[in-house]
Amino acid sequence: MPKFQSAAELEKFRAEILSSRDPAKPCIAVCAGAACAGMDSAAVAAAFLAALDQQKLGDKLEVRTTGCHGYCEKGPNVVITPGDICYFEVQPTDVSEIIAAALKGEVVDRLVYKDPGTGAKAVHMSEVPFYKHQMRLLMGDNPKIDPMRIDDYLAVGGYAALVKALTEMTPDQVLDEVKKANLRGRGGGGFPAGSKWETTKKAPEKTKYVIVNGHEGESAAFMDRAMLTGNPHKILEGLIIGAYAIGAQKGFMYTRHDMPLLEKHVRNALLQAKEYGLLGENILGSGFAFECELHFDVGIFVSGESSALMRSIEGHAPEPRPKYIRTSVSGIWDKPSNLNNVETWANVPQIISKGAEWFTSIGSERSKGTKLISLSGNVVNSGIVEVPMGTPLRTLAFDIGGGVRDGKTLKAIHFGGAMGGSIPADLIDAPLDFDGMSKLGAPIGAGGLLLMDEDTDMVEVARYLLDFLVNESCGKCAPCREGMPQMLHILTNMTEGKGKAGDLERLEDLAEVTGAASLCALGKTSADPLKSMFRYFKPEYEARIVNVAGGSDAK
Amino acid sequence: MSEVHEIALTIDGKDVKATAGMTVLQAAQQADIHIPTLCHHEKLEAFGGCRLCIVEVEARGWTSYVVSCLYPVAKDIVVRTRSEKVDKIRKVIVEELMAHAPDAPELVRLAEEYGADRERFERKESFCIVCGLCVRYCNEVKHENAVGFIDNGARREISFIPEIAKKVCWECQECFALCPTSYAQAAYLLTEALAFPGQRKEPSRPAKGTTAGRRVIPIMPIMTP
Amino acid sequence: MSDKTIDSIIEKYRGQPGSVIHALVEIQHENHWLPRDVIHRVADALEVPFAQVMQIASFYKAFSLTPKGRHEVHVCTGMTCHLRGAPKLQAKVEELTGLKDGETDADSRFTFETGACLGSCSIGPELIVDGKHYGRMTPEKVADVLKRYE
Repeated sequence: MPKFQSAAELEKFRAEILSSRDPAKPCIAVCAGAACAGMDSAAVAAAFLAALDQQKLGDKLEVRTTGCHGYCEKGPNVVITPGDICYFEVQPTDVSEIIAAALKGEVVDRLVYKDPGTGAKAVHMSEVPFYKHQMRLLMGDNPKIDPMRIDDYLAVGGYAALVKALTEMTPDQVLDEVKKANLRGRGGGGFPAGSKWETTKKAPEKTKYVIVNGHEGESAAFMDRAMLTGNPHKILEGLIIGAYAIGAQKGFMYTRHDMPLLEKHVRNALLQAKEYGLLGENILGSGFAFECELHFDVGIFVSGESSALMRSIEGHAPEPRPKYIRTSVSGIWDKPSNLNNVETWANVPQIISKGAEWFTSIGSERSKGTKLISLSGNVVNSGIVEVPMGTPLRTLAFDIGGGVRDGKTLKAIHFGGAMGGSIPADLIDAPLDFDGMSKLGAPIGAGGLLLMDEDTDMVEVARYLLDFLVNESCGKCAPCREGMPQMLHILTNMTEGKGKAGDLERLEDLAEVTGAASLCALGKTSADPLKSMFRYFKPEYEARIVNVAGGSDAK
Repeated sequence: MSEVHEIALTIDGKDVKATAGMTVLQAAQQADIHIPTLCHHEKLEAFGGCRLCIVEVEARGWTSYVVSCLYPVAKDIVVRTRSEKVDKIRKVIVEELMAHAPDAPELVRLAEEYGADRERFERKESFCIVCGLCVRYCNEVKHENAVGFIDNGARREISFIPEIAKKVCWECQECFALCPTSYAQAAYLLTEALAFPGQRKEPSRPAKGTTAGRRVIPIMPIMTP
Repeated sequence: MSDKTIDSIIEKYRGQPGSVIHALVEIQHENHWLPRDVIHRVADALEVPFAQVMQIASFYKAFSLTPKGRHEVHVCTGMTCHLRGAPKLQAKVEELTGLKDGETDADSRFTFETGACLGSCSIGPELIVDGKHYGRMTPEKVADVLKRYE
């Protein structure tokens, strides 16, 4: 196992990898993302490998299991290179046909994409409507990488940004580049990452930490897990670069306890990076030392909140701390700790490689770069999508998403899970933008976008979201611990035909107080979906107030 | 000797001088300005749980609502301990807590001041308002950890640990007087009845030659007038 | 799970109060639940008050303070699955097993749990038994799936 003592050694190794790989040799990439795995893509992969072995095709063909391709709806997904030929809903029985076609440079017609309306076929990824409208800067490499092989990541240019940062830039220059790029946090806050990095860097304590928040508790958001499982090195590279810029000596990757494949891939990535000398002492001969540990949540949403997460890393129950104690100044064990979301870290290598100016050329005026969106709900094509900021929601919902399933009409779009909001279908032309969507009352959050069809009961949606949050509250502060169950109680009554006079006023008061007085973002944003409901769907709520006239139980 | 760093701020229109490291609550108390609290105790680390001490703070052009027991004083901040929004927040919190313990004297007094309606929200079974005074006192002052929190969210409650409680609680009882709703002593008694009936450790006799003994405070339910 | 295995886990973290969660996770993973006396042993060895270890054990839902069944039946109640019919799926499982969320049956055959989003939203609503995903489920298919697990 090579341990690179210098950047030159790494580059030499990379050149060797590339020269040993024949780009003309057909490669079959089988997606092992969460949904495809759930559709037993492992059996498909096993069938390919068995056939390869049996027919002794090892030198003619390659089979690779990869991370999430993105088109979760149509899994199991298989992509053939060269050509980026996309096959969908592949079964083990299709394997011999695919292999035969790949060897001859042909296409298996019945497995390619067909437009549900016109029947028009699309063979190559760049032609498939789902992929065509995307800008896959982060996801694009997934079909090319086996997450268990660091060499695959090196082959697509991985760790070149780290090399550049360590050999050509000072920590201040790296920080500057990230600030100029206006990289905003992708976990839900939208806070400028460069600013947070700077606060941590400037904090007087010498010991500093950097953290990857891979908790992804937001319901219906699944892109962080896909990125971390499918390309863990990209996030690690971003983390190391960030640590270099900030002056942190140690990093923590914090993720969920319930995904064995994710755990396996991340552990393996950390080990391989260490073996290659990309973690540890004197990385690539630069003098910079950095190590990284893996931590798990233990089954609760609030532990995705950054200060609670840090309590959890320390070994305590995850109780959030008020934000006036900024974790960038006093975080884990009271040391300056910079926490960013998986997707935020994943953006860092390309910002360093290609520069802030390039990055700011993508996106809208104040939201730069691309955003990963988990598209789901009553949508035809659900999956993970990557588009430039500023893309109209219509493109996401219709061009990429294929519209609403079962021929129904769109009623509402929901962003941000239990802490976001719903907007009506007539706002479909709004652009994907941090500030714009916040103003409309449906903040992007982590990027979980749900389409809701005409049969959706908007009172039930608010009730459901509160039900989720009530279970996830830590219980420390009164407004959240008491306020949310009281809101839930009223909404439950309303959905059961027991809404009574005074309910809407009580909901409004509870929403206001919980939002203003709660300790952390969970409580503070818990009433946001309800607020958006009152803004756009109030008549549906008013219709649920049955006991208005008076009588002994009206209040 | 370190320099004492003085900070000037305004509370309710009054110029207040505080020292660096103080919280807004401490600065207010020092200036004889009253801010209601429930989960706060001078012997304990500030908790920030009840949120009653919430105040309006104007700093660098931004207005925010923060809990004064934790918010650090800073130069030139303008603090308002009462306002329409602050009062509303306190009123609703009291109403939420009264769903648990409508007769707790503290809450009754606050309800009167802020116009809270004790029956506004759905009645809850537990009298515990999770202020944490008992848990924190037992941890930070007595170092016994005989009572702790369990579970999360609305299910969070205090729980006496029988193995420890039977050895230390009856002799101590100091958290009972701290409890705003008398729930702590009820919880202890229930734990004793279920887990170690008749086995509480009685206070030891005073040593020979001394007159001081431990005076056991009989537990009386707090009666509302 | 043998006492020896629990012992070795506890020994690994002796004197490290910051590792309470790590220790409990490992014990839970091996033993499928956290008996009270084990929590005491963890508290003693890691030098953390019992009340605090108990808070952590009861706070996090990955830990179980009661013994679990041989098979874990999980219905995803994330937002997408909810919109695609998870409540009906949940009702069916409740009907067939006689269990509500968090309960284990008297034969220790099944433990039923609901919980959010496992990230495979595109194949919702989902039933997951012992980690195996059954996607695009309908209430009608539940009985067949459960039959496979003794």
